[in-house]
Formats: sequence, C-alpha cells, structure tokens
Amino acid sequence: MTAALAAKNVVAKLVEKFPGAVEEAGRDVLLVKTDSLLEVLTHLKNTPEFDFDYFNFVTAADYYQYFEVVYHLASVKHNHSIFVKTRCYTRDNPSVPSVVSLWQGADFQEREIFDLFGIRFEGHPNLKRIFLWEGFQGYPLRKDFNR
Amino acid sequence: MEINRPDYIYPEIELDRHEGEVIEATKAKSRESIPDPDAWLEEELKRNIFLTTLDTAINWSRRSSLWTVICFPACCAFELIAAEGPRFDLSRFGMEILRASPRQADLMITAGTLTWKMAPVVRRVYDQMPEPKWVIAMGACGISGGTFRSSYNVVPGYNKILPVDVYVPGCPPRPEALIHGIRMLQRKIAKAKAVPDLSELPNPLKRGDRK
Repeated sequence: MTAALAAKNVVAKLVEKFPGAVEEAGRDVLLVKTDSLLEVLTHLKNTPEFDFDYFNFVTAADYYQYFEVVYHLASVKHNHSIFVKTRCYTRDNPSVPSVVSLWQGADFQEREIFDLFGIRFEGHPNLKRIFLWEGFQGYPLRKDFNR
Repeated sequence: MEINRPDYIYPEIELDRHEGEVIEATKAKSRESIPDPDAWLEEELKRNIFLTTLDTAINWSRRSSLWTVICFPACCAFELIAAEGPRFDLSRFGMEILRASPRQADLMITAGTLTWKMAPVVRRVYDQMPEPKWVIAMGACGISGGTFRSSYNVVPGYNKILPVDVYVPGCPPRPEALIHGIRMLQRKIAKAKAVPDLSELPNPLKRGDRK
C-alpha cells in the first residue's frame, strides 16, 4: 500500500516556492490554481524530495459551478501519493494545461476528458476525439448533457 | 560475432532431426497406396439414392451447416462460447464452426451491445457475407439496446442496421435459449422457397410463353 503523503507537508514548501498557487490543502488533496498548475506539477515531479514519477490517472468531474480536473500522482521511490486538483469556472471553453510533457501516460486520458467533458488541454500534442466520432454534438459526461 | 544463446532455446539441429523423424514415420506408414474408394466402399453405401424435392434438399443443406461469422461486441459472447463448448455442444445441430471471415459465413449471431462507432463495421461485415444470409439478435442489447438503450452511443437494437430473422431474449440468454433460437431459424429456413415453382416459369415449348 502506498502511504499518502500529507498534503499539509507539501503545501508549506509549495507556498514558499509559488506564492498564491495553492488554493486549498486537505489531508492528501491539493487544490491548485489553473494558471500555475504546470509549474506546480513540474516541481512535484522533478524535486527529489517529492519525486512523483508515477502518474496514476487524470480524471474530471462536473460540479455545475465548475469543472474539477483531478490528478493522482505517486512516487515509486518514496512510496507516497497525492491528489492534485484544479478547477475551471467557465462552461463555454474550459481549458487546463496539458501534462503530457511530464507524464506521457496522460495522453489518452486527457483526450478522453476532452472528448467527454469538452475541457481543452493546452499544449497537448494530439488533442482530438478518442471515443466519440467526429460530428458528435455535446459532451456526454457533463451534467447538463441531454440527448 | 558470437551470439550468446540462452539455454532454453532449442538448438536448431534438434528441430531438424525431429522433423526428419516425423517425415520418416509418415513415409513408413505410407508404403502402400490407398485404393480407389470404389474398391472398398460397401455396396450398400454406393447404392444409396435419395429421392426428394429440390426445395427440401437445398433448405436441408442450408440449415444444417450454418456457419457463424464472429460478431461478439460484448458479454453475450460468453454464452455463445458456452453454447459452442462441450457442455451444450452446438455442433449437434451442425453449426459449430465460427468463421473469422464473413465471406465464408451465412449466419450472424449478434452477441452483444453495439455502439454507433462500431455499427458501420458490423454493417460492413454483414454486407460481405454471401447470400443467403441470416441474422439472430441475441440478448436484450441485440434486440433493443437493453439497459443501455437510453445511452448516447448505443444502437437501440441491431434491427436498426440489419434485417434480423430471430430474436433471442435474455440478459444474457442461456445457451439453451440460443440453441432454441437457432432451431427456430432452422425451421424458418426449412419453410423458405429456394427454387421457383416450375409451372410458373416460362415454358419454351409453349408458344404463348415465348417472348
């Protein structure tokens, strides 16, 4: 079992490094502002004391007021894991920076979120539909999707 | 350059020797040539003559060797596989063969949920099957989309894209149900008219029929 690294321990170091990036920190959840998401994740991956080299998954959820994109990261070396979340408050053209440059495994999952939620991943090398066909109207996993 | 060969790889010479042994054994068993079947088939078998109508004969041959094309998009496939297996033994009815190529098949058993993304592929497989061909819609999803009917990407029943002959309900149907469905299809084929009525064909000997 992976022991969860308490986000409070991480956040103190992050706040000092990126002032204003962290919105909220729970026991193992870190809520980061979308603008500084890529910087924070790069830092989490490349700093030896965190070393989040294993990318479990990225997923998204629709809470009506905002979309939340959730990253689950783990470190093989330190045997700890963390959830990093970010929020998009617009429904028209939500966008989040892509993390494919950090973890290649994010490639298909970001395409899936783009396909089903309509969240754009800026900087993704091949952002196109993965499940649905070209010409499909709407985003099926949004709460307001109606057939 | 020397190649380090791991121990578990069979040295080639042994494979060659084994092949030689098999060939020699075959040769040893095949000294005498097998005579013409006429010389050793029993007299009674040779004299077997059947008298029947063309319809019956054609339909009998069609229904007794239905070759199924592989179309397993979802979980009903396991019931189909169970029906093919030794316990339910579909081959009792002359149809144990599954064909990967639609060009050699005349029956499509649609075992599973179909999504719209897959639908053109299934239609294309169906189009490649030679006539005459039949379709069995297997399971709730095959009939109507089943539980997933209201989903945005599920085809509500194969009969939206293909002509279906027999519907086998169940989620999934048990192998007995599938076998019953196939028997129903066989009965349907048996009733079909394979050849036109001779008396209705134009008769070249009759003056009025010539055109």
